[in-house]
Amino acid sequence: MSKENLILEIENLVVNYELEAETVRAVNGISLSLEKGKIVGLVGETGAGKTTTALSILKLIPDPPGIIKNGNISVDGQDIIHASIEEMEVIRGKDVSMIFQDPMTSLNPVFTVGDQIAESIEIHEKISRNEAFKRAGEMLEMVGIPASRATEYPHQFSGGMKQRVVIAIALACNPKLIIADEPTTALDVTIQAQVLSLIKDLIEKNNASMLLITHDLGIVAEICDEVAVMYAGRIVEKGTLEDIFNNTKHPYTEGLFNSLPNIDDRNAILKPIKGLMPDPTNLPRGCSFAPRCDYCTDICEIQPENRMISHTHSVACSAYENPEFSIVRGSK
Amino acid sequence: MKDIILEVKNLKKYFKTPKGMLQAVDDISFSLERGKTLGVVGESGCGKSTTGRTVLRLVEPTSGEIYFEGENIAALSKKALMKKRKDIQMIFQDPFSSLDPRKTVKNIIAEAIVENKMLKDKTAIEKRVLHLMETVGLAERLINAYPHELDGGRRQRVGIARALAVEPKLIVCDEPVSALDVSIQAQILNLLKKLQKEMDLTYIFITHDLSVVNYFSDDIAVMYLGQIVEKAPSEALFDNPRHPYTQALLSAIPVPVIGKKKDRIILKGEISSPINLKDECRFASRCIYADEKCKSKSPVLTEISPNHFVSCYKPLNF
Repeated sequence: MSKENLILEIENLVVNYELEAETVRAVNGISLSLEKGKIVGLVGETGAGKTTTALSILKLIPDPPGIIKNGNISVDGQDIIHASIEEMEVIRGKDVSMIFQDPMTSLNPVFTVGDQIAESIEIHEKISRNEAFKRAGEMLEMVGIPASRATEYPHQFSGGMKQRVVIAIALACNPKLIIADEPTTALDVTIQAQVLSLIKDLIEKNNASMLLITHDLGIVAEICDEVAVMYAGRIVEKGTLEDIFNNTKHPYTEGLFNSLPNIDDRNAILKPIKGLMPDPTNLPRGCSFAPRCDYCTDICEIQPENRMISHTHSVACSAYENPEFSIVRGSK
Repeated sequence: MKDIILEVKNLKKYFKTPKGMLQAVDDISFSLERGKTLGVVGESGCGKSTTGRTVLRLVEPTSGEIYFEGENIAALSKKALMKKRKDIQMIFQDPFSSLDPRKTVKNIIAEAIVENKMLKDKTAIEKRVLHLMETVGLAERLINAYPHELDGGRRQRVGIARALAVEPKLIVCDEPVSALDVSIQAQILNLLKKLQKEMDLTYIFITHDLSVVNYFSDDIAVMYLGQIVEKAPSEALFDNPRHPYTQALLSAIPVPVIGKKKDRIILKGEISSPINLKDECRFASRCIYADEKCKSKSPVLTEISPNHFVSCYKPLNF
């Protein structure tokens, strides 16, 4: 895989939130790359560090207390970690844009939606306010809202419509990379289906790439090309859809699948993962998942290394030191 | 003979708003057998939570009857109602806002026991609280903890212990797992199932998550704009949905299996306003099969095969 083909490259990223009394280890050395034109899913539960990772890409970590301790991030070859505030302002909204989870709070209630879409166009494309507003109308049409509604305020729209507006803002300057943080979590399923198919179409049309953060494996199966599973600030398994869904290797990924009700087999029993997520201020030694893992042995006291299973599939689990070890999903 | 624990007849709940009458729950009827689970599904604003709350009279019904073990709750006096609430309890959606932040776990669980004068002796109450905590899988050491010290899954366990404290027969669960992560969600669902078996509980399980409801319920009622549009045993509903809305809803669920894309029915538009509804099928404006008849009179919930009810002029066959 040549470097020119990568839109996003994260290497060994470490992010801490340093509070007076304790340090929250949110992201503990993750590496992730995203090819142009691909949609990569970042999956994990609350507190896994998904959002922190996403915010790091745009240097939006609240500082203090958040600090990027280590690592490299480059977007389309450009170094982000050492970029100045002015350089970041050019990147944000133009090269990389973000779709936030909650459309109810990510729009400004005192500006019309047209103004909010026009804002980023005006800043990045150096065109007049009127022209920008006209472009905003076109963007609205593109996400399926009549341009005549550009003069309305966010409270006049429903949740699904607001999220469409947020998508229009994100796509207004044809970004190369879109980071979507749980874009459909706040929406009803039928609206979610509309919004997901809209996002997918627009990404294809604009030839953009997307990092999709979600906790819903169903959505991943539907629109992603590759998946990275996060747990306690680390990527524990990474691969193509096929690798993760049909050739699951990490015990945590297995646990996630076993926790989901199977819609085709209502008599299947749910097998939850025992215990709770570790406290990020006090992570266990070695593998963070070990205390909850059914396959845990003494070897798990050492931090597992990333192991390539195939040229697309990697897993961080020490159990694979034993060449005989394997997981068969649903067998437990 | 079936042992019917709850029967709801023509239940309505309207709210007065400046724009007119908001028809949150509009003429719904259903019955529930002891020891079974009725799943109520639908999207935001369809009236599923209002239905659940009206059954406990946490929201006063506008009209209709609610028979619990043969007695009409809707007609009870305040005092008699308080006694009845011992039999019907509720588990709320958000474990972050449904627990009093200034009370310890012990006081939260014990409150209902004390209020209902079930036990008077302090040590007996504490023993009962500990027993309840054990039942729902809470460690003994948490007895004096405050809600803010607990994570979402544990808080929901406290909510469940509180509901169980008065030995209810029916529990209304309003989205009990939607605020939780999947691995914790599975723990709570398994716990609720285990408790049902052990204590012969009856559940009304309100949710927007169709895969959860399928796993959990015996019967499922699908609601749209304040009405039940389809009600059937879970298997029948999932294998053979007859209402166009149920079909669209089922087809919209993202399934965590690759290459398993169903022919998705993407609905046009959004749920319309529940204020001052006309006499027409409420789904007509989004339905691809709708015609003149659907827009001239509202269809009635009809039994089209044993135990399978649909409110549609042209129920689909698949």
